[in-house]
Amino acid sequence: MLKKRIIPCLDIKDGRTVKGINFVGLRDAGDPVELAKQYASQGADELCFLDITATIEKRDTLVPLVREIASVLNIPFTVGGGISDVSLAKEIIKAGADKIAINSAAVKRPGLINELAAELGSQCIVVAVDTKCSREGGKLINQSASLDQIPPQVRNDQNINKVFVAGGRVETELETISWCEEIERRGAGEILLTSMDHDGTKNGFALEITDVLSRKLSIPIIASGGGGTAAHFEELFKDTQASAGLAASIFHFGELPVPELKKQLLEAGITIRTT
Amino acid sequence: MIAIVKYNAGNIGSVTNALNRLGVESKVTDDPTELKTAEKVIFPGVGEAGTAMKYLRERGLDQVIKELKQPVLGICLGMQLMCNHSEEGDTDCLRIFDADVKRFLNTSEFKVPHMGWNSINSEFRIQNSELLASLETNVDVYYVHSYCAEICESTISSCDYILPFSSALQKDNFYATQFHPEKSATVGEQILRNFIEF
Repeated sequence: MLKKRIIPCLDIKDGRTVKGINFVGLRDAGDPVELAKQYASQGADELCFLDITATIEKRDTLVPLVREIASVLNIPFTVGGGISDVSLAKEIIKAGADKIAINSAAVKRPGLINELAAELGSQCIVVAVDTKCSREGGKLINQSASLDQIPPQVRNDQNINKVFVAGGRVETELETISWCEEIERRGAGEILLTSMDHDGTKNGFALEITDVLSRKLSIPIIASGGGGTAAHFEELFKDTQASAGLAASIFHFGELPVPELKKQLLEAGITIRTT
Repeated sequence: MIAIVKYNAGNIGSVTNALNRLGVESKVTDDPTELKTAEKVIFPGVGEAGTAMKYLRERGLDQVIKELKQPVLGICLGMQLMCNHSEEGDTDCLRIFDADVKRFLNTSEFKVPHMGWNSINSEFRIQNSELLASLETNVDVYYVHSYCAEICESTISSCDYILPFSSALQKDNFYATQFHPEKSATVGEQILRNFIEF
């Protein structure tokens, strides 16, 4: 059976992991290459590197870093963060990344998804979607005992979930479900869905929207935002058809090491990779 | 020296990287003489079957690959191209393995591409293949593909996704894996090491 994937996500700035990552037994906690190796040996199924360097010209640091990661890592990895043109995406894939992730560039110019899929193949293209409940949507949920009581078409029509960009600061016109359907139609291979309402809370993933999308779409959904305990990952994989769960700080700070998470998921009967 | 077939398919660099990690020298080449004289040949690839076969034929590499006498390992698209025919672009392939390659039928439960870690089951006619030697039972390997080869005489391991398909093949000096050993952590390293040490 296809295993549910656990994906640690690392933020990269100017070729270094951003401060705060505190891994036991690491010579250089700021070195993404060292961290990547550590996660791979711990049993992470895949890694995601998000470059948050502010400069527009990030080729100079990012591409050599990708090349270095690719030379040491024996599991697949995705690279994202500010990729807005086909040429940089091609360079990153050529440097050895398995997939590239785009976010606001796709919102700005959806045709980019088609271009990337045609050029690199759908399996290489992850579109990241930052979603947040709009205010009316929030009310709608609060007034109802459970989301299941709202007919699906009403859920959609009420635009309860909107796509945000700029780290959740800017609301777009896009409604999350229809945007995700468009992403699939345009040829993306995967969607990385981050709930801005849940991100950083460690109170659990956004199960409703993840459930709706993972049943509706035929491409895999990686759920992100809110995973704080093994129980959160367990409910993610039991209550939705998400293919993977992504998290950052719980792994980085050793709150929930990957082997411990996997052990607990295995005990809970989730199909995961343990070898 | 291991020769890696150079053609218009992606992901060739990750095979080079994996061999480097194992301390094995390799060379990416499309030179027929270099391919014929290499100790071993790896035929990797991520891409589209039709354009890949066209490229190989235009350069005569299709015949070169078929006639290789040393151990050859096809990976992912490489393996599919070693089969009879692929539904992808209705493409006639190298006919090394007597199997057809078909697209997965997607449902909402089974996403396509089949992407991620899945098992290898090895209970077939060819038992104890040296390619899959020294593996623990129930290991997982990394797959990314939308097309798959049917089970055939040469199947040495299968995987179950919607239907069982060939996850590894072996016939004479030809070996192939649908999964990516170069991305399959320590399990993949063991498989590559097996191939290197034949």
